[in-house]
Amino acid sequence: MAAGLTLVAGGESRAAEKRLLQRELGEPFRLPAPLQPTLSELFASSPRDGGWAGFLLPQLEAAKPLLWIQDRMAIRESGRVHPAGLPGIELIHVEARDGRDALWAMEEGLRCFGIGAVIGELYGDPVNLDFTATRRLAVAAERTQVPCWLVRLGGTANLSGARMRWRVGSMPSLPHPFDLKAPGTPAWEAELFRARGHAPGSWGIAHETDRFHLLAGTGDRALEPFRRRA
Amino acid sequence: MPVLAIERWSRFADAPEAPVALVVEAAHGQLIHAVTPAAAERGAHPGMRLTDARALDPKLLAEPADPAGDAALLKRLARWAGRWSPLVEVDGEDGLRLDVSGVAHLFGGEEGLATDIRSRFGALGLTACTAIAPTAGAAWALARFSPRVVDKDVAKALAPLPVAALRLDARSIQILERLGLKTIGQLAKVPRKSLQRRFREADNPLNALDRALGLKDEPLTGERIELPPRVLAKLSEPATHPEAAGQALGRLVPGLARQLQDRKLGARRLHLAGYRVDGSVAGTGVATAIPTRDPKHLMRLLIDKATVLDPEFGFDAFALTASWCEPLGATQESLVDEPSGEAEVAKLVDRLSVKLGPQRVRRPQPIASHLPERANGWRLAVEERPSPQLSPASGRGSTRPQHLLDRPEAIAVVYATPEGLPRRFVWRRLVHDIAKAEGPERIAPEWWRERSTARLRDYYRVEDKDGRRYWIFREGLVGDGRGGAPEWYLHGLFG
Repeated sequence: MAAGLTLVAGGESRAAEKRLLQRELGEPFRLPAPLQPTLSELFASSPRDGGWAGFLLPQLEAAKPLLWIQDRMAIRESGRVHPAGLPGIELIHVEARDGRDALWAMEEGLRCFGIGAVIGELYGDPVNLDFTATRRLAVAAERTQVPCWLVRLGGTANLSGARMRWRVGSMPSLPHPFDLKAPGTPAWEAELFRARGHAPGSWGIAHETDRFHLLAGTGDRALEPFRRRA
Repeated sequence: MPVLAIERWSRFADAPEAPVALVVEAAHGQLIHAVTPAAAERGAHPGMRLTDARALDPKLLAEPADPAGDAALLKRLARWAGRWSPLVEVDGEDGLRLDVSGVAHLFGGEEGLATDIRSRFGALGLTACTAIAPTAGAAWALARFSPRVVDKDVAKALAPLPVAALRLDARSIQILERLGLKTIGQLAKVPRKSLQRRFREADNPLNALDRALGLKDEPLTGERIELPPRVLAKLSEPATHPEAAGQALGRLVPGLARQLQDRKLGARRLHLAGYRVDGSVAGTGVATAIPTRDPKHLMRLLIDKATVLDPEFGFDAFALTASWCEPLGATQESLVDEPSGEAEVAKLVDRLSVKLGPQRVRRPQPIASHLPERANGWRLAVEERPSPQLSPASGRGSTRPQHLLDRPEAIAVVYATPEGLPRRFVWRRLVHDIAKAEGPERIAPEWWRERSTARLRDYYRVEDKDGRRYWIFREGLVGDGRGGAPEWYLHGLFG
């Protein structure tokens, strides 16, 4: 039946069709990943932007429990972790008093083999968060092979021992396949501004059915060398 | 203690002088369990039907009896009675049996012991009838029928007592009385052979008689109190430096681990007490997520807590007690080198809970509720893992935000139409223009929990011009009669 169906486009739907053409999923994209589990730092574009969680969660493996540490200000400013929004993830949540406690808990979590990943969500620039602290986390993560994500809400990118540093912000989502007024697959602008073993770059990406995709038609910079190589 | 139930009741009663009967439900109506002295004067007695007693005295008041509470009190009294004897047994509904062999001289002889027991129970407001006899059966009989101390010649002391003193069931007593054997003395004179034939082995009065006279053994099973594993370290000299507790732990923890190993237990809660020279005690404790007796792990948990104990004038002893233990069989780590993840995570949870406080380390515990903030329950990670009563709503993942504000925050909105969705909203002093929206998802108030004025919520998933996605809701409807114009709140942030 569907094969014989033709879409008769009115003015409205033609404009929508145009928009659809502008913003669609591009080719599959292999996200730059470290060679071994280590510390990655992720800067949210703003504390009121929760988009980074959607970018981060697909990169975790769900087989082992996830240790999610938030400091008090992070909970107040951008909300507490909501388990109903994280289906299939076994969660241990730690509410740290301040940055110092959060960093201690992260390091403690990284010493444990049974943890799948450690996420530390810190607000602003905690006093104790310096090069030494991040370097300690990176070394601990590499020793036990537990990936660690240090999420910074409204922080400044100072000197850090993190192997990969991302800056992630939300982008307007892809069109919903059935409802043009509804938000569709979320998209992010992800900038890798420091990485070991990878060229820095900035991409517009979305995650759909177990893989990341580039956004087509967003004028990304890193796509060019790929095309040339091909 | 013949009147334990009524004495316990009258302690809390408003008018203990009134004629009151405590009643229990029986097959054919209410039976009297115990009566106050005033009620007894008017003819009520335990075992009577309440209706019969009411026929004698219509003013008799009836109160429900509490046999379970009485039993609990008796059990507590049994532990308290440990002051007189190491072996105490609860005997029936209203009695305690103490093994006082070699004990009496501490209280000035057997008479002195009996007096002491009576006066101490009297101080508690309980009437006790005490008897001391060489056999448990004889003591039971004497305590109930003629309280006194009998040293020897039990047979003679028992002879005038009725056969009911032999702890026989009602049927056997009835048969004996029909045979004309009213007292123990008469029973003892009957040739054994003829009695042997007439009764079954279980309720044979000869057995009871033999036990009372000491011809047959009757051992006591006392209230056994299992002491928690505990190790003590005494210092030869008081230690005033704060490191002392940590050093003492080095000796205590392996000892405790050995005790736990021997008893096949794992500690769930530990308490370290430091006894100071001046008689005061400093204490601290830790809890664990799974039973454990790994000395390294226990040491690590305790060491931080131990060093903050204030020595003041100096500690001269330390005690480490596993106040809550659970059975833990012999375990073996897997032969391959990798330790099991589960145990490792439990240890991690212990360490985090000890350092940050148990209420800060939690696991999700979904609660059957429609309200997001209520459904999103947490439980302490160190607590026992409960059986999953409610599986987290599956397939909801994409419609629920990853971050939820603890309390929904009011937002100012600009409407296109009052019933519909706002065009823009102001959250924390910044304007967000709504570009896309999906909804509503209506969540009605839980009328079985809330007041009738609680308003429903219409949740929308909205996306602003920058692509940030939020979960906002309108509380109430226009003209729903539960308050003024509906208000808007922001509740969650999507990833």
